[in-house]
Amino acid sequence: MLDDVDRRLLRLLQADPATSVPDLAGAAGLTAARITRRLDRLRQDRIIQGSHAIINWPALGYAVSVSLRITLDKTVARAFDEFIEAARAVAEVIEIQTFLGRVDVRLSLIAKDLADYQRIYREQVLTLPHIADIEALMTVATVKSDESLPL
Amino acid sequence: MLRALVANADQSTTQLGQKLGLSQPATWRRMRRLQDAGIIAGRRLVLDAEKVGFGVTVFLGVKLATKGRVSLEDFERAIGAIPEVQTVDHVLGLYDYRLRVVARDLADFERVLRRRIMTMPGVGDVEANVLLSEERRPGPI
Repeated sequence: MLDDVDRRLLRLLQADPATSVPDLAGAAGLTAARITRRLDRLRQDRIIQGSHAIINWPALGYAVSVSLRITLDKTVARAFDEFIEAARAVAEVIEIQTFLGRVDVRLSLIAKDLADYQRIYREQVLTLPHIADIEALMTVATVKSDESLPL
Repeated sequence: MLRALVANADQSTTQLGQKLGLSQPATWRRMRRLQDAGIIAGRRLVLDAEKVGFGVTVFLGVKLATKGRVSLEDFERAIGAIPEVQTVDHVLGLYDYRLRVVARDLADFERVLRRRIMTMPGVGDVEANVLLSEERRPGPI
């Protein structure tokens, strides 16, 4: 499926998605035309799906980041769907993940300060439907944040 | 502009300007300002992890067993050096660290967990939750 050249291109693009075709060609030792063909194919096969800007929330005044680990009441048939739909309406929720394990859903929540967090937590999180249990992990420091795949 | 770039960072300043009703130079200047202010921290390539052979993502909660005797700096350096470990957050609560780990499959994950993570000095209680689905939201902008 992927050969060494593909993997090399993906590694370079993961490190910097803005890398130009001539720079990729130089680094991979291929002509620009061949790089373009490969990139087109990787995009066509939906292996490369695009890129997102990463927002540095603390720079916008969101100093607090909390990971909320939630267990849902599974006796309710539509608990997952209803919970997730309601969580989407909370603007400060920046990630929603579902899991197989002790935790059912995780929300990544940001807030300006602790008072702001307390307000969001009480008014918008605790009121979400079907919560059986909730635990909070507050981020003290982000040591590593690199979602590159080890290709 | 932030909302548009979070949705799609591949668009040119010309395309972005057209959407926002700005000239290309004005768009470029504003984008530059957001980058210089550190508000846009970078760009993330979106790959289909499964198609490139990484079928499993696991979130790990790690509790250190011997707090005070293990150097946090040493632990952080060693855990961050594992290529399968994508994110490391020092947290306050039930666990000391929250990790995001990718692996080819569950057997591969077991290898990373047993050989690389559990063997690290100071690692105590570990809880693993296997990611089923994930959704990123635009956030309060």
